[in-house]
Amino acid sequence: MIRVENLYKAFGDQRVLQGVTLEVNTGEIMIVIGRSGGGKSVFLRHLLGLLRPDAGRIWVDGVDITGLRGRALDRVRERYGVVFQGGALFDSMTVFDNVAFPLREKKGRRRPGEIRDRAEEKLAQVGLGGAGHKYPDEISGGMRKRAAIARALVTEPEIVFFDEPTTGLDPVLVNAIHHLILDLHQKSRFTAVMVSHEIPEIFEIAQRVAMLHEGVIVEVGEPKVIQESANPVIQQFIRGQIEGPIRVT
Amino acid sequence: MNRGPTATLLRPVESLGRASLDVVESLGRFGFFLGEAAVWTFIPPFKVLQLLQRIHFVGFRSLSVIILTGAFTGMVLGLQVFLTLSRFGSEAFLGPAVALSLIRELGPVLAALMVTGRAGSALTAEIGIMRITEQIDALTVMALNPMRYLIVPVIVAGLITFPLMTAIFDVVGIYGGFLVGVKLLGLSEGTYFGEMQTFVDMSDIMTGFWKSLSFGVIVTWVCAYKGYHTGHGAEGVSRATTEAVVLSSVLILVWDYFLGSVLP
Repeated sequence: MIRVENLYKAFGDQRVLQGVTLEVNTGEIMIVIGRSGGGKSVFLRHLLGLLRPDAGRIWVDGVDITGLRGRALDRVRERYGVVFQGGALFDSMTVFDNVAFPLREKKGRRRPGEIRDRAEEKLAQVGLGGAGHKYPDEISGGMRKRAAIARALVTEPEIVFFDEPTTGLDPVLVNAIHHLILDLHQKSRFTAVMVSHEIPEIFEIAQRVAMLHEGVIVEVGEPKVIQESANPVIQQFIRGQIEGPIRVT
Repeated sequence: MNRGPTATLLRPVESLGRASLDVVESLGRFGFFLGEAAVWTFIPPFKVLQLLQRIHFVGFRSLSVIILTGAFTGMVLGLQVFLTLSRFGSEAFLGPAVALSLIRELGPVLAALMVTGRAGSALTAEIGIMRITEQIDALTVMALNPMRYLIVPVIVAGLITFPLMTAIFDVVGIYGGFLVGVKLLGLSEGTYFGEMQTFVDMSDIMTGFWKSLSFGVIVTWVCAYKGYHTGHGAEGVSRATTEAVVLSSVLILVWDYFLGSVLP
């Protein structure tokens, strides 16, 4: 379980997180929604240990990661898989090498044959069986996202973070990526934390949804609960209305 | 809130203080970056493949520019020094003059400047792009230390390749001077190399060696640091690249002066 309590973060005068509190249960898909620039990615980077909060605490399965550094933090990260917004594939490596990279470099070295089999299996699972020899700049945006998902999952992590994994894709690909994540989740039962603003598609895959607005989680619940929420912020956001409590800046 | 005339008068002092603190802070970060890289250099597992790739990138791929600039530097030296020495009837000292200029000063400095222009800028851009496309963050969250993977191989490659590049620059430059002084202007071959043997000793070679070694650290350190801490977007990478080249070049010349004053 991931537990976040009263997380605060400001960059200069800009207060991004103003007391975020959230619990993510083991094995569930939690999707954090909120408007662009609303601090979703900043929140995610705190869970990854890439940013340190000004105040507040984050526990991952009972371990307080807020003050962890170096090897202790790496031990927590070894349980993570991360899909970055742009994929963050290593552009000097082929797609296959990108997927095989975490296996080659992580502790408990595996035989080359085993690494190859697992990387190929993961590429096949995301529908990139024949694209392993290509470089990231030779494949489409959708393929890059799928390659990033394959790389994040190849080590069979317990917790997978998705930072807007469908941004910039067409609706068909958005749907395809979401169903791929759902399918992989059903096979591996990892805990997933995803930040996204793909409304209404995310309601099909999320087990719970949290709305981040003005630095705080305004509501958490199952997709149906969120969709039927009386909170005007949530209603304005999921309907994409211009008028309402969310100011368009 | 009105802070009164005293506060207004003190504002420039406040700005100066803040700017000074910023400078001290960035110098601290800069030094800490090198210190961290130095520590990771000795902690296994060692990234031998990455090191070889960096040696190829920083060294081997700079070879053509080093040979070209070395040859022409030696030829220009040969021509100008010959013309100057001939006024005093001392053409015989052309060999040592060319060799000492190259080995002690021009070889290390010009080779370092050339490698900065060719490999240092590319290095900053490469690491900077990795930063803005979250590739460095990807390494971090894979629990793989980016210092060990990206920075240490670059700095160690600088330590290995800069002295080698300098040696090649020196040798090619000496033969450039030979071509002009001996083959074109008629100085005897024996005089050119014989006087060189008499006047150039091991301390001169070691001076050049220590300089090139320290330039190797300076260039890779500055370029890697600027790339690692690049700003946002393409503009950030572009600014980091420019700053890396300018700062490396200035530090090479400043450090050359200090080492030149200290070393025998």
